[in-house]
Amino acid sequence: MARELLKGNEAVAEAAIRAGAVAYFGYPITPQTELLEHMSKRMPELGRAFVQAESELGAVNMVYGAACTGRRVITSSSSPGSSLMMEGFSYMAGTEVPAVFVDVMRGGPGLGNIQPSQADYNQIVHGGGHGDYTPIVLAPASVQESIDLTVLAFDLAEKYRSLVVILTDGSIGQMMEPAELPPMAPINNETPEWAVDGNMVGRERRFLSSIYLDPPAEEVTNFRLQRRWQEICANEVRYKEYYMDDAEYAVVGFGSAARAALSAVRAARAEGIKIGLLRPITVAPFPTKVLDDLSRRMKGLLVVEMNSGQMLEDVRLATSGRIPIEFYGRMGGVMLLPDEVLAEIHALATGPLTTEGHPRDRWLARMAGKN
Amino acid sequence: MATTNELEQVVYSHPKALADVSTHYCPGCTHGVAHRLIAEVIDEMGIQERMVGVASVGCSVFAYNYFDFDWVQAPHGRAPAMATGVKRVLPDRMVMTYQGDGDMASIGMGEIVHAAARGENITVFFLNNTNYGMTGGQMAPTTLPGQKTTTSVSGRDVETQGFPLRASELLATLDGASYVVRRSLHDPKNIRLAKKAIRTAFETQARGLGFSMVELLSTCPTNWGMTVPQATQWLEEKMIAFYPLGDFKVTQAVSEIRI
Amino acid sequence: MQTEIIVAGFGGQGVLFAGQLLSYAAMDEGKEVTWIPSYGPEMRGGTANCTVIISDEEIGSPIVRNPMAAIAMNLPSLDKYESLLKPGGVMVVNSSIIEREVTRTDIKVVRVPGNDIAERIADKRMTNMVLLGALLANLPVLPIEAVEKALKDHLPERHHRLLPSNYQALREGASYIAQPVA
Repeated sequence: MARELLKGNEAVAEAAIRAGAVAYFGYPITPQTELLEHMSKRMPELGRAFVQAESELGAVNMVYGAACTGRRVITSSSSPGSSLMMEGFSYMAGTEVPAVFVDVMRGGPGLGNIQPSQADYNQIVHGGGHGDYTPIVLAPASVQESIDLTVLAFDLAEKYRSLVVILTDGSIGQMMEPAELPPMAPINNETPEWAVDGNMVGRERRFLSSIYLDPPAEEVTNFRLQRRWQEICANEVRYKEYYMDDAEYAVVGFGSAARAALSAVRAARAEGIKIGLLRPITVAPFPTKVLDDLSRRMKGLLVVEMNSGQMLEDVRLATSGRIPIEFYGRMGGVMLLPDEVLAEIHALATGPLTTEGHPRDRWLARMAGKN
Repeated sequence: MATTNELEQVVYSHPKALADVSTHYCPGCTHGVAHRLIAEVIDEMGIQERMVGVASVGCSVFAYNYFDFDWVQAPHGRAPAMATGVKRVLPDRMVMTYQGDGDMASIGMGEIVHAAARGENITVFFLNNTNYGMTGGQMAPTTLPGQKTTTSVSGRDVETQGFPLRASELLATLDGASYVVRRSLHDPKNIRLAKKAIRTAFETQARGLGFSMVELLSTCPTNWGMTVPQATQWLEEKMIAFYPLGDFKVTQAVSEIRI
Repeated sequence: MQTEIIVAGFGGQGVLFAGQLLSYAAMDEGKEVTWIPSYGPEMRGGTANCTVIISDEEIGSPIVRNPMAAIAMNLPSLDKYESLLKPGGVMVVNSSIIEREVTRTDIKVVRVPGNDIAERIADKRMTNMVLLGALLANLPVLPIEAVEKALKDHLPERHHRLLPSNYQALREGASYIAQPVA
């Protein structure tokens, strides 16, 4: 198929359709709404299920119901709506059913604004809902990658009976880029052996629930979830490196922040600074081993995010204080610009560098008076 | 001379759709009656193998253990949304929710109203016993004015705790609702009427006629602090006075169903 | 090598479409391209802009502080972007409704009476095409033929009767050439 000029949100919606999603349930919220709108048009014309729910709570529980049948199902929202969906995510995790969720992040906290942000990182990556569970979280940085990761998300969701989140933002959602959609996959209407499909012919009844009143039984489930997560960490880490071969320093960032960083890294390279970019594609599982390795051979890292340094904590855990780290972030819907990142790269490359203190504290001190 | 066998007559048998287990419900509670009526109708309609039940949170949280067909278990109040998800991807299955008054009429009011407004082709069984039974008898949206619960210890004071709401009457105002009725489980006559309504509700769904709900007034002797006969009497005298029995919405198409 | 272009004006002036057209043309020429709109709560009548970046390699940031070129379809857009353009950049000014002169001397300025030309050709909704033509004539990013082809390929069939006047708008705009930067 030829490249088309596609908007991020619509590309994700169409990719989900072509990956065989049989149902979409959602609720309007900027900057995610094109996804809902695309689904409202395409799903009915393909004879598939679409419901504009009464709220994100309604939507996520419709997803939960559909997911229990073992069919491919997807929903999407933006930050405030994602908060409302946390209930359903926890239940789905406890019930071990697969589903795909797209979070087109915007500025917060609270109602915030509708501009791009990465401030849902902690909410999405480190739980959000109650209980011990971790969803697989994929962070695209372009329209093409949004498409590719949406297709992958359904496969991973089914493979691990897990929630998979596409963690994107208003900028990637609203952006148009040339991209190629996959061909239409056939719909799989077979019921997995664990699923409930109201077809009790020649089998015992099935039920799906997240309730285990007996704590030891609940603990068994928790151990199963944790061991599955170990397996995911061992097999599903994805990342992309740019200009890393001879790099002495590296910028670490995901999604939109990594794009600003890529521009800055190129500019720094043009000046002769030996710096590369590490862009986690899976932020859960996090590329811990890669960072551990970098921490043993690099002079310093610069973490950039469109939040207050939420992924920064995962970088610090992965590097165990072995390497100087600086942080630069913008918040509240303010996008990172390449020249700001370049200025941070200059500071990193000229030092002084330290492993003492907290990078966030130094960043806050640097930002004083600038905002 | 007649043999003993010839004289035997079957007066009770276990419905197929009801699992052969003991329930955790308190003595005198009418959940068991409701379960049996639903199971009998499912047997009579021959739909056991294509049922999907959606359990709620509350005393009926374990309903999936008591019925012998497929079930999923919803978060508190969300059963109509979950049922929507199941029904939309498997439209030829029979999908029911079984919800209490706290679940459906309080935390789940958004979900039930919009499922009804969409005319979602599902059947809802709404057990109204005027309190949160599972958590030990707190005030529910259905608790009567003056009724004592563990969170309205001097009796529900409508000045500060608001008025109870009548879910059937409310849902009956929605164009998407096709069959909304209230029945009671306090005596044999009403139990028979309840069963008939359950049948009509399932027939509504089977014919694709849209949203159906049967509200069942139920007793909760344990949390009401009453003996079983007292509870039955209280239901008949106090609850029905506030929650009149009747048909609140029966569309023309549903009224033409002949069983 | 990448080129950043801002198209800015009032909502309804065809700002976003002009940017998309440029993006289609870039894509069809085998370039990498990003198009990103400003998006806000206002649906109509407010200011609108989009950033188009055209490059030979994977594009980093879809927005930049200092773009290479801008089309200012109204005065607020000129006020906003004049100071931000890179030295040597191109500013296309819709002189039909922007009276003031550009003060910077280190950028190329193309003053084009966009509305007047568009109204003479067909109607003022082609102002964006006139200004886009002027941009392409002064910024070596894409040949004007690529945009004409993109129009034909991506304009819905029902609007194809408007193609000749769109081509004319582009060409007339392209006849405006800026003085070299001193």
